[in-house]
Amino acid sequence: MLPRRIVKETRRLMQEPVPGISAVPDEDNARYFHVILAGPADSPFEGGVFNLELFLPESYPMSAPKVRFITKIYHPNIDKLGRICMDILMDKWSPALQIRTILLSIQSLLSSPNPDDPLAPDVAQTWKENRSEAFRIAREWTLKYA
Amino acid sequence: MYSEEEENIYDSEDETSSQEYEVSVEFEITGSEDEAKFKFTFEVLSTDQVMQTMNQTINEVYEIVKIPPTLLRILLNHFNWDLAKFYDRYYCGDQRSLFEDAHMVNSLETLRPSLNGTNERPSIEECEICFLGFPSNIMTGLECSHRFCQECWKEYLTSKIMHDGMSQKISCQASECDILVDYQTVMNLIEEEKVKQRYRQLIINSYVAYKDKLRWCPFPDCNNVIRVQRVESQPVTCNCSHTFCFGCGESCHEPVKCDLLRKWKKKCSDDSETYNWLKINTKECPKCFSLIEKNGGCNHMICSNPNCQTHFCWICLGPWESHKDYYKCNQFKEEDSAALDDQEKSKAALNKYFFYSVRYMNHLQSQKLEKKLNDTVETKIKEMNKLKVSWVDTKKLRHCLYILCQCRQTLMYSYAFAYYLKKNNQCIIFEENQRDLETATENISEYLERELSVEENRAKLNMVKDIANYCENRREKLIEHVNEGYARELWEFDEWASESRIDSFDSLIRKSALRFDSRRRITVLLTPTPFSGIEESKESKNRKNRKNRKNRRIERIERIEESKESEESKIGRRFIRESNR
Repeated sequence: MLPRRIVKETRRLMQEPVPGISAVPDEDNARYFHVILAGPADSPFEGGVFNLELFLPESYPMSAPKVRFITKIYHPNIDKLGRICMDILMDKWSPALQIRTILLSIQSLLSSPNPDDPLAPDVAQTWKENRSEAFRIAREWTLKYA
Repeated sequence: MYSEEEENIYDSEDETSSQEYEVSVEFEITGSEDEAKFKFTFEVLSTDQVMQTMNQTINEVYEIVKIPPTLLRILLNHFNWDLAKFYDRYYCGDQRSLFEDAHMVNSLETLRPSLNGTNERPSIEECEICFLGFPSNIMTGLECSHRFCQECWKEYLTSKIMHDGMSQKISCQASECDILVDYQTVMNLIEEEKVKQRYRQLIINSYVAYKDKLRWCPFPDCNNVIRVQRVESQPVTCNCSHTFCFGCGESCHEPVKCDLLRKWKKKCSDDSETYNWLKINTKECPKCFSLIEKNGGCNHMICSNPNCQTHFCWICLGPWESHKDYYKCNQFKEEDSAALDDQEKSKAALNKYFFYSVRYMNHLQSQKLEKKLNDTVETKIKEMNKLKVSWVDTKKLRHCLYILCQCRQTLMYSYAFAYYLKKNNQCIIFEENQRDLETATENISEYLERELSVEENRAKLNMVKDIANYCENRREKLIEHVNEGYARELWEFDEWASESRIDSFDSLIRKSALRFDSRRRITVLLTPTPFSGIEESKESKNRKNRKNRKNRRIERIERIEESKESEESKIGRRFIRESNR
């Protein structure tokens, strides 16, 4: 049985969608969401449409959802496999957070990457040392993949 | 590295005696030792008694500062139960920031708002977690005023306690709120006795972990705690009759000191498969030395030991806060690798290690076999009793067995000690003592194992008893001499006694092991000593962070060759065992 919280959360996500974000549960698995995220304006990801997957584990909301980028992205906090390094997905998770807040946080992570806490060190290094080059690659990837 | 421990053992007033040893060595040294022995006292506490001590401390502080006990518990825990530090900060520092640092709402400024239902609140509130509406009296929270329904609180606390093993550091459920949940709240919200019990246990664990003067008895399933008046590496005996060294929790290991023994054990366990796995897959937390397996994510690590939670970099193991130029961590420094490669030196070093390890292992193995010997002797004693040999006489045999065990243990650890010892005159005296003790020990061992017959007469038994007493005497002399050496700082230790060299030395062994003929494979007879590093957090707390970053990098490079090398080390191990036979 699906917990009440997930049912309600899903319903609200559908009824009051966040601009630039869409999260639709899978037909066969209500804990698995297909997420589409628009690249935020004024970032090298602008204009891109990113696919993500989001899974609510058994212990949700006591533990964080599992989120991963499916679309290839050039970002210091996202690695080759699309895994995201973000504190609220790890130790700073609180059961009061929701799918909505997580996705908003990811969107803002795209606007303001944190190269000091990198998951992809090579990307982070370029990001720190040669910002314009990093932006160029990020834009290129966005055009190519997203 | 000895100075720290020395200070502990020969405290304040003894200092004069050790300075004046030239005048009357014998007297002063024995005097200070007797004094130390006299002073070292310990008591055994049950977990309930530890809880009582804890509550007593809280009540004492409550009498003075009048902060509710349940909040005091958080505050004191924040100060690692160091009352002096707490009072200092409470009375001298800024109280507002004190509460902020301890992740609490300042209980002196705000009166606890009536969280459980007021007129201003709507009659039905929605819980942000389960999205259900509840009447106000079901909703509850901490002083930070974030309110959630009781069911969600229950589930949250249970998950934190049972799954994450957290106790004193559970924060409010709201996102980005770091206010800590107090004891009373947990006890009120949780109904299940099992969870409550675990919570209490975790609180006691963290208390014992912070208190240097408390240590769990390491015996399996024993829940007692030993309390000492002063921290020393002295043997203590728990109510479960297990005797161990208070300094490190290992069994009594005179004459070698705790830190050298730890290094020695690490060295010996280097061969075990567990150790290989741990070496490849884990690193030690730079603060609490818990072994950590990285299961994904970035290099910003947070130690999951609830009592530690240090932030550090996985690559260099340095603190994360000051860690802005992270990518230097990926660069291998050339000069670090230059240290090794002196073949001759490595060969000599390796031979030395083999020499001591063979002897250490020998005594370890003999100790294991003594259980069997014990049974044999017991059967013989029974037979002798049937033959009307008096109880007093057979008791002597048991006494001999006891002494034999003691001597074996001391001998075993004496080889760990000797391995790190630099040659000097005292070292020669030590080796003489060691040899005497070894000869005497082997004498009793031989007698008990082979010559003992059921028809012994009283004279013979008395003679055996005398040999045993002589043996015990030699053991005491050896330890006395070593302690005297510690007191007068006569012992010099070889360079590889410092930990930074140990790792590189291990790699030397592996490299040299290549030279041994791989056809000499024989069945492994000894079980490798189990790795005990995980439980060492207490001792390591006292140690400075001596971990050398350079070596960590070398280790990483070595890991690439690990699969190949572990095979080589196995060959090396077989060699050790073969010589052992």
